[in-house]
Amino acid sequence: MSKVLILAQHDGSAINQGTAKAITAALQISEAAIDLIVFADDTSIIAAEAAKLANVTTVHAVTTTNENWKLASGISEKIAEIGEGYTHIFGPSTTFGKDVMPCVAALSGQNQISDIMEVIDANTFKRPIYAGNAVITVNSNHDKIIATIRNASFKTGDMTSGSAVIENHTISNAQTDTKFVSLQSGNSERPDLQTAAKVISGGRGVGSEENFEIMYNLADKLGAATGASRAAVDAGYCPNEMQVGQTGKIIAPDLYMCFGISGAIQHLTGIKDAGTIVAINKDGEAPIYEVADIGLVGDLFKIVPELMEKL
Amino acid sequence: MKILVAIKRVVDFNVRVQVKPDGTGVATDGVKMSINPFDEIAIEEALRIKESGKASEVIIVTIGSNDAQQQLRTALAMGADRAILVESDGEIQSLKAATSLLNIVKKEQPGLVIMGKQAIDDDNNQTPQMLATLWKRPQATFVSKLEVNDTTALATREVDAGLESIEITLPAVVSTDLRLNEPRFVKLPDIMKAKRKPLDVVHINDTVEGFDDKELSIQKYESPQARQKGVMVESVDELVAMLKEKGLV
Repeated sequence: MSKVLILAQHDGSAINQGTAKAITAALQISEAAIDLIVFADDTSIIAAEAAKLANVTTVHAVTTTNENWKLASGISEKIAEIGEGYTHIFGPSTTFGKDVMPCVAALSGQNQISDIMEVIDANTFKRPIYAGNAVITVNSNHDKIIATIRNASFKTGDMTSGSAVIENHTISNAQTDTKFVSLQSGNSERPDLQTAAKVISGGRGVGSEENFEIMYNLADKLGAATGASRAAVDAGYCPNEMQVGQTGKIIAPDLYMCFGISGAIQHLTGIKDAGTIVAINKDGEAPIYEVADIGLVGDLFKIVPELMEKL
Repeated sequence: MKILVAIKRVVDFNVRVQVKPDGTGVATDGVKMSINPFDEIAIEEALRIKESGKASEVIIVTIGSNDAQQQLRTALAMGADRAILVESDGEIQSLKAATSLLNIVKKEQPGLVIMGKQAIDDDNNQTPQMLATLWKRPQATFVSKLEVNDTTALATREVDAGLESIEITLPAVVSTDLRLNEPRFVKLPDIMKAKRKPLDVVHINDTVEGFDDKELSIQKYESPQARQKGVMVESVDELVAMLKEKGLV
């Protein structure tokens, strides 16, 4: 039987959906028993939230100090220690999981299987390489499997009806070589890009930070999250957390509408799991049209106002 | 302070790689090879720190075949002082790479190790974190701004929620994100000069003594599932009608 420990991600008050997606992946391993581990300076609220995730037996709630729960160096040793009794340790393939899980792997003497997109069996998984241009089937015959779970490949499971048992732990010797200083976050009014059902995205063709307002307006009209290509972020049109692609966010919304994005391979890897891709670009030969379900060639500055009117 | 920069020779980012028909790998014969773009950013950052007077020497290390000397020479032409090739014939996995790098780190005693957050071939995003863990030193991953002081560094990290700042005590490992800097172009005279800079070769086996390599086995390579060809519409009305029909708006 497999025992899977999953690192829960949270922002202090709510559990990140990547955690529930990792549970969905773990459930595809036959006869898997699933526990969570969650860290916070005050675990009382977040451990109760974690316990509501369905299919979880035990939540290991670990109390930290000095915001160490936000730092890989503050938590990885405890994950490896509690993880000793497990066959698998999974984390979400978010920047948080990507930061922490390789440390856990190193402490466990294992290589990590990054970005699992499909579970074949308890020891065999599929993952993308070369920006998604190839997919490999990876097998581990070692005593422990450490992995991150690709958000876009698994559905968010039930996050409300669980009733896991909470087991409390503390970290006695807190590290002091790394200090959390601050987090600068953009607009939180709109839906979260990584989990939104609809995403409106803009590229270099949008032309300026001011022009991006029309993207935000269209997104608000549709209740969509906003995304961007690397070119738009590099040009300073919008903040980094909006970047979609190989090195940004990998997303799978039901609807992805992109404007002025030519479709570099690194961008396409971030959206290929989307339900419906709509591309609007003035260049009809742009590679984005190779993956788009619906394409419209034209000037986005004429098309967006028309969409605002007709949607 | 010395800065050690770890780089990897990879298929150039402009190449669209193809899976071999027999599923044993991707076709790399005759394909253009380059320094992993994230590692090029790491080299540039190290050079800028040295140019600002905060570092005395920039050392480049790579693990790979003898061909990787080309990428080391490019890094030397950019301005690095010397290079180390850890020669390895086959592909090695992240934990072995980190273990080997730790061996080099212990010999060189750098104040800072900088490397790309991931290599664009295997997209693993593991080695910097593993090196920091094995070295028992702080890590700052996905860094888009770095301010090095005497005993600490302030790093701005690109995270899902925005920009996170952390302070790390040196020595430490930093992994670079795309917006940290724009690497310089190499000038011809510098390529000539780089040929005379020191390049040492060590064998990987001499850097990983006693290491228990729990390799993952790759059973198969395949092409990703292609999306079905879509349709082109001529007007916004047509687009809106299709979206409504699919129940998306």
